[in-house]
Amino acid sequence: MIVFLQQLINGLSLGFVYALLALGYTMVYGILRFINFAHSDVFMVGAFCGYYFGRVVPQHSLGGGLLVMAMAMLVCAVLGIIIERLAYRPLRGGSNLAVLITAIGVSLFLENAGQLVFGADPKPFPALFPSRNFTTEAGLRISSNQLLVFIVTAVLLFGLQWIVMKTRMGTAMRAVSFNHQAASLVGINNDRVISFTFGLGSALAAAGGILYALNYPSIDPYMGILPGLKAFVAAVLGGIGNIPGAALGGILLGLIETFVNGSRFSTYTDAIAFGVLIVILLCRPAGLLGKFQVEKV
Amino acid sequence: MRIRTRSIAAGLLCASLLAGCNKSNEPSSGASGGDVIKVGEFASLTGKEADFGQSSHDGTALAIDELNASGGVLGKKLQLLTEDDQSKQGESKTIARKLISRDGVVAMLGEVASGRSLEAAPVCQESKIPQISPSSTNPKVTEIGDYIFRICFTDPQQGKVLAQFALGTLKAHRMAVLTDAATPYSVGLATYFKDAFTAAGGQIVAEQKYSSGDKDFNAQLTAIKAANPEALFVPGYYTEVCLIGRQAHDLGLTVPLFGGDGWESPQLISIGGDALDGDYFSTHFSPEEKNPAVEKFVHDFQAKFGMVPDAMAALGYDSAMLLADAMKRAGSSDGPKVRDALAATKDFPGITGKITIDAERNAKKALVIIQIKGGKFQLVQKIAPE
Amino acid sequence: MNRVKEAVSAWPKTILIASLVASFLFWLVSSRMDPYYLDVLTKIGINVILAVSLNLINGYTGQFSLGHAGFMAVGAYGAAAVTMFAGPKFLLHVPANFQTAATDSLFAVALVIGGSAAAAAGFLVGAPSLRLKGDYLAIVTLGFGEIIRVIFRNIDSLGGALGLNGIPPYTNIFWVLAVAVICTYVVVTIVHSTYGRGFLAVRDDEVAAEAMGLNPTRYKIVAFVVGAFFAGMAGGLYGHYTLSIDPKGFDFMRSIEIVVIVILGGMGNTAGVIAAAVLLTLLPEFLRTFDQYRMVFYSLLLIVLMLTRPRGLFAWKRRAKPALRA
Repeated sequence: MIVFLQQLINGLSLGFVYALLALGYTMVYGILRFINFAHSDVFMVGAFCGYYFGRVVPQHSLGGGLLVMAMAMLVCAVLGIIIERLAYRPLRGGSNLAVLITAIGVSLFLENAGQLVFGADPKPFPALFPSRNFTTEAGLRISSNQLLVFIVTAVLLFGLQWIVMKTRMGTAMRAVSFNHQAASLVGINNDRVISFTFGLGSALAAAGGILYALNYPSIDPYMGILPGLKAFVAAVLGGIGNIPGAALGGILLGLIETFVNGSRFSTYTDAIAFGVLIVILLCRPAGLLGKFQVEKV
Repeated sequence: MRIRTRSIAAGLLCASLLAGCNKSNEPSSGASGGDVIKVGEFASLTGKEADFGQSSHDGTALAIDELNASGGVLGKKLQLLTEDDQSKQGESKTIARKLISRDGVVAMLGEVASGRSLEAAPVCQESKIPQISPSSTNPKVTEIGDYIFRICFTDPQQGKVLAQFALGTLKAHRMAVLTDAATPYSVGLATYFKDAFTAAGGQIVAEQKYSSGDKDFNAQLTAIKAANPEALFVPGYYTEVCLIGRQAHDLGLTVPLFGGDGWESPQLISIGGDALDGDYFSTHFSPEEKNPAVEKFVHDFQAKFGMVPDAMAALGYDSAMLLADAMKRAGSSDGPKVRDALAATKDFPGITGKITIDAERNAKKALVIIQIKGGKFQLVQKIAPE
Repeated sequence: MNRVKEAVSAWPKTILIASLVASFLFWLVSSRMDPYYLDVLTKIGINVILAVSLNLINGYTGQFSLGHAGFMAVGAYGAAAVTMFAGPKFLLHVPANFQTAATDSLFAVALVIGGSAAAAAGFLVGAPSLRLKGDYLAIVTLGFGEIIRVIFRNIDSLGGALGLNGIPPYTNIFWVLAVAVICTYVVVTIVHSTYGRGFLAVRDDEVAAEAMGLNPTRYKIVAFVVGAFFAGMAGGLYGHYTLSIDPKGFDFMRSIEIVVIVILGGMGNTAGVIAAAVLLTLLPEFLRTFDQYRMVFYSLLLIVLMLTRPRGLFAWKRRAKPALRA
């Protein structure tokens, strides 16, 4: 029983990070109907921002850690907006395939340029926040970094939901996701909304990157690829375009992965994530919380 | 469309035919012509296992410099041609091919990782170029052919010694094993260890697997903790071991961890922090050894590179030195003659120990057990071969 | 020049036979060539087969597949399994003076079996992926590629994570060129036939194609199966050339490298794709010293290409064959 509960904690901690990443994918897909392959690399850049900023800030301090996270989120938000402006906007309205290929190009570029700039060898991520381990009487262990994941993700999730549901910009985002042309007809500046969405998604990715790096403090330029793919699967699992769905999908996937990892089949873990994707797309393509949309001709 | 396709295909064929014919008119490569002896080296200078390749290369380069400073070999200077395989699979074969047929090297030094040695070995064997691997421990490497040698111990030996260490020094009879199922080295070492351990009366209470590149081992470690082992054997590479150490510590798994020579890297401290304090690993060399030759090597290496040499550097150094010695004994840099001289090596005084090449072209070498204490590597034991 | 063009397009089968004979002759003189050059040519040939076969799926049928390396893996392991496990028993029964002929036929059979296994995988991947469009299809095919790789990593009888070593060195330049020629011939001929127009129709507008009475499902499956078959053969050739295969070598980076070739050459432009394959195989060899910049260069190339010349670097044709419709 204890083992089950421990694995549960482990799985939730992993799942919340996937949820943060999945939110970025789902928002961009909701508005633009395309998968931002480069999202996983913004995640990586966020982690490296944390690494470099963490050097100028005292370790093990709450204020310092929050400051680093805020700065990383800001840098990545700007990065996301720049990418959208330079690489995706010129192709908007064109073939979806071209944007997809461009996204792959941006992703590869970030990874390989990162390798040149940061070096391919793994770097130790600094302990930004004060870290302690908590043990319950029954022997369950949870680290403060894992708790941090839960808290920060929950805060960001509610923050996002508030922005999308209760602010003008959020309403504009939802409008653009329903129908681009109609939105611009009622006076919404689509370009601004899309830039904002990218910025927001990238900021979330940066937060995810730092939380991930706190728990697995070995960062390298390729660290984003697999978590990114799994986060995408999580977004699809929950229903792409659906914010609570992304969170749910992330948590579920984290749990599945952890339990598989602790079983006999641990060498199949990566494949399991893709297996889940294929099953969902075959059986319930709209995802757990999504609504099925008929393709209009 | 069809037309274009055809003409391109035809054009390519002609161009390559011409190019190929041109090349075959040049003198055949195999150059001990001129006044240099070309020695090839391939290593993982960049990429995930860059630490290994850089160390190994530094040691080799130091040896070559020393040899040239004292007059070279057979009256000629040694020229080291190094290529980077980027820690990637698939590059080593082409690199070996290029070094041999285009650059005309007479011998090959490389590699640290058994997987990459295995890639290049068939090329060297086919071209009758002797290859010395400084630190590949998987037995399959030297089985490729009689031109392939190694100067380090093999995994069966390492597994046996570690099993005895676990039972004798750690006094652990209930063992858990956490293997990297995606790396030949790890899978091999795990198997040999388990065989030796159970044959000597130990019990494996838990076995878990991960894949190199993984970051999260909490699931596997939780399962291992539940089985209540007395020690945990992790025969993987440093890139994952540092995280495994931290997560084990966080989960409250307090039993000692230990592993093989894949652990050796400063990253164990820089990323692992003090989570790995008190844990052990086996390797080929310790710079702390009280031995004039070792002390001189450590001193020279530090003077040239500004850091203390590790096992890979020491083995890189020994591989180049042994090659030069074999050439001197053979009286020539010709492939087959050097090969024979290598095979006949007896008690060569390497700084990693006396090197005698046996019938399988392996070396019987001593193992060194290192303990991580206070952020440093400390020599604990040196275990002689049987 | 026009008369040459007319002549060549009138006798496709003759060109095929002539090319095969030329490949054979080339192989005869190859022993006098520098082995390094032969190596590079072999790599070029294998990349050509991979790129042309992927072009059928991505370029002509418009199905963005990112899992081609998975098919290559199936072919590589399949062919190696035949030559390593079934082969020796077969060769024992053959009298000494027929050995070479027997080895060659064994290899040919192994390649075909590898290709067929890959084709079966192509069917398994294609069938469920059909209803997915664009981005989803890309991710699912990438997922299938990864699943195939992980499965091979867990099959211990094929070496598992340690890889399969000691594959007999049956690949030579004749086989590579021959399969490249056959692959190009098949793909080009299919697409230019009446039946083959359907591929382009599915690419350009699937709904319209269906409304016109075509079965897009059938076309997509055929594209996947044929493309996978040749990818499998390329994999078999690759395995018997590197003599040691490892699941890590067939990951999605591999798939992406092939995709870059197809995009550079122009999706749906076979000649362009072949030229791109040659270029992108030679470039790393010449630029070995700059190797770390290679992937940065490729990625920038992709972005710039999409922004400026989406039809690929080698788009010569004046008649706009919209691979990427605005």
